[in-house]
Amino acid sequence: MTPFRLWVYLQTTPLFWLTATLAAFLVADALAKAAGRRPIVNHVLIAIALLGGLLELTGTDYQTYFNGAQFVHFLLGPATVALGVPIYANFALVRRNVWPLAAALLIGATVAIASAVLVAKAFGAPRAILIALAPKSITAGVAMAVTEALGGAPPLTAVLVIATGILGAVIVTPLMDALGVTDYAARGFAVGLASHGIGTARAFAVDPVAGVFAGLAMGLNAIVTPAVIPALLPWLIG
Amino acid sequence: MIRGFFILLAFQLVGEVAARGLALPAPGPVIGLALLVVALSLYQRWRPLDEEALAESDLGKAARGLLAALPLLFVPAGVGVVQYMGLLREQGLALAVALVVSTIATLLATVGVFLLVKRLTGAKGEA
Repeated sequence: MTPFRLWVYLQTTPLFWLTATLAAFLVADALAKAAGRRPIVNHVLIAIALLGGLLELTGTDYQTYFNGAQFVHFLLGPATVALGVPIYANFALVRRNVWPLAAALLIGATVAIASAVLVAKAFGAPRAILIALAPKSITAGVAMAVTEALGGAPPLTAVLVIATGILGAVIVTPLMDALGVTDYAARGFAVGLASHGIGTARAFAVDPVAGVFAGLAMGLNAIVTPAVIPALLPWLIG
Repeated sequence: MIRGFFILLAFQLVGEVAARGLALPAPGPVIGLALLVVALSLYQRWRPLDEEALAESDLGKAARGLLAALPLLFVPAGVGVVQYMGLLREQGLALAVALVVSTIATLLATVGVFLLVKRLTGAKGEA
């Protein structure tokens, strides 16, 4: 078999791009680990860049790539449902702090959606961008599902979600220290709500109580934001 | 493990059917997530389910396994951004400003409301 024929064969099976996806992730994860897991060196973003470069280099279109990678992608659905387990496990915390959590959750989720959409709109960003931007504070799987349900572009959302995660993780500690906020439950809840899993990982690195509340905020916001967006978005976009 | 995975898929399936059948605004997996939390709360009423028992159950193990791999699961969809590089470059400034302003505003609003309501209601204790 000539190398060309071999390449044609590999393009027709899911095996090659599925393997490449896992390989890119392992390389990216090793790089992030070597960088001491600083939020700015994000393994998901590096994996996406590596695979995007590989597609460009080999002249492969995204559909061909996705034929292989869809087996990984499919697991996002059950993984989203699985978030219910840690949320349920932390219900005692919710019951003890029900009013601060409920108020911060509703207002925080609304500010996260409205501020992003309104600022981008002021810059004249098109509708596709505004839809992709709206769910940027929630965990990527849920955010992409929200964008898809609204007829937007899920991959744009994925990148914006990761960027938001990195920003929140980098900003939260200096911002809260400057404000003199010493309540780690409040600090954790804020970063989990604004910056989902990446913010939660940062919160756990700073303080265990902050980490638990961040995880809680991420989980609860994954339920609240998809419920709020369909009502809020027509009003924001006009 | 298989039973745990079955439970997750079954809840997703019910969520998808409910989301489409009833034209609910939230995505199917999110409905499935919410239903799972409700189901666990109901189950707990007739059979005590502490955190440890849940973690050691088939469901707990399947959930932990999937959630550990969660960052990998975003990658295939994220690679789709190669189709939107032009749009991203064009709107780069708008997006950068929107993300920075929104992230700071969200952090401030959330922490402010949390502390204010905590003080007003006299909620005490952190964990």
